[in-house]
Amino acid sequence: MISLVSEVKNSKGLKYDILEGVEVKRGSALVKRGFAHMQKHGVIMDVTNIEQAQIAEEAGAVAVMVLDKLPYDVRKAGGVARTASLKIIEEIMDHVTIPVMAKCRIGHTYEAKVLEAIGVDMIDESEVLTPADEERHIWKWDFTTPFVCGARDLGEALRRIEEGASMIRTKGEPGTGNVAEAIKHIRIVNNEIRRIKAIYESGDQQELVKIARELKVSYELVEEVGRLGRLPVVNFAAGGIATPADAALMMTLGCDGIFVGSGIFKSEDPLERAQAIVIATTFYDDPEKVAEAQEMISESKSMMGLDIKTLELKMQERGTS
Amino acid sequence: MIIGILAYQGAIEEHLKMTKIALESMKINGEVKLVKKYDEIKEINGLIIPGGESTTIGKISSLNQTIQLIKQRIYEGMPVLGTCAGLILLAKRVYDRVIGEVRQSLIGVMDITIERNAFGRQRESFEADLEIPIIGEKKFRGVFIRAPVIREVGPNVEVLSRLGNLIVAVKQGSIIGTAFHPELTDDPRIHQLFIKEICNRLL
Repeated sequence: MISLVSEVKNSKGLKYDILEGVEVKRGSALVKRGFAHMQKHGVIMDVTNIEQAQIAEEAGAVAVMVLDKLPYDVRKAGGVARTASLKIIEEIMDHVTIPVMAKCRIGHTYEAKVLEAIGVDMIDESEVLTPADEERHIWKWDFTTPFVCGARDLGEALRRIEEGASMIRTKGEPGTGNVAEAIKHIRIVNNEIRRIKAIYESGDQQELVKIARELKVSYELVEEVGRLGRLPVVNFAAGGIATPADAALMMTLGCDGIFVGSGIFKSEDPLERAQAIVIATTFYDDPEKVAEAQEMISESKSMMGLDIKTLELKMQERGTS
Repeated sequence: MIIGILAYQGAIEEHLKMTKIALESMKINGEVKLVKKYDEIKEINGLIIPGGESTTIGKISSLNQTIQLIKQRIYEGMPVLGTCAGLILLAKRVYDRVIGEVRQSLIGVMDITIERNAFGRQRESFEADLEIPIIGEKKFRGVFIRAPVIREVGPNVEVLSRLGNLIVAVKQGSIIGTAFHPELTDDPRIHQLFIKEICNRLL
């Protein structure tokens, strides 16, 4: 029922075991992409400690993403941003029942291995941290743990899926409280998908081959996008979402769910805001409900936003190859 | 026949698609709808509670008070299928393997005790062939994602399937629950079983 396109057979991430006398298979595309499907229509919240993780769970988050610093603070601090302290991640795993995710640097296979070793539920190979390899992303088929990766356009999204990502999110511009870039990225992806779908339906295989070459991905992946009329994995919005209305807007643009980074815990009303964003994400197609959610927060308590044009560091430009 | 998919969070579209396939395979004319509002839940003949995060689905349904309505409708005899998170919400007793006691909103209609995250974290999630005699001899590919197991069942609960000794599918009257995700594979037999249950009620 879910697309298994591009799955690498006999990858290192596949594990066979006997459980209760029954042969079981772990780390398959079905099990990894299936996990992402369970997050749909939900809100994944960035947290830096146990208290924030518990607030997120209480508010109805479907998962938490653990970082050392929220993206807004990463921007302010400068220097090299790395994966969070394992001790904090482990403490959070011991205190919440929802999935716990964590970020690793782009191309930093060993940070990812360490996160897998401690049992993180999903790894975000993220442009919010300082990239470790400018040439190559992690070969994610080597992992039993599923990955999510950011994308600004369809080519980036499909290249990440070909490397084994089980979930895609827009890059947006993290830590800005400015949803404009996330909107730009989802529109680009949607428009490219619409074009491929039309070509697929016209039966023009040669044009699909041309597109696959342009995007530097396999033909079968482009063909699957045409057949499905959407990405073959779950696609979330991320990067700059700060209010319930932001979340609802991203859902109406076809996103499967929402990541909120700095928007919640850099605001002055995190619990109310977290709850309100969850409600707006669920009821995005009902403006009255979204209005009720928006009324739960006060704009004077929103995080201070940043204008994209004046940014010294554009995180979205990292890891595009 | 109107079948509702509780559309707050999780694998909603996957259940929608699978239910339509199951109806078609059984040559039954039925409508499948995503339901969120009180009035929508009032008019359905059967409800599917999808997999997702049980804390999130429970939270939203208690905030808008549909949880009470769902409970009342199930007590009146409305068939319901809960998969994974849906199964957890249907249970009367729930604890977490690591955290122990949990504070979360439950519909609480099935006389079972659930252990959440019973197999461990996502890297321990798996797929496996299951024997489910009620749907036929052919094995069913069960996808278990941070799945719960059923540790105790009351006298009115029928065990539909076990993985080794672990109970992974149950039925209590017209309430069906699975610890795995029949909406993720292309085998519609669990959905067909549920639709049969609705047909029996409507006769």
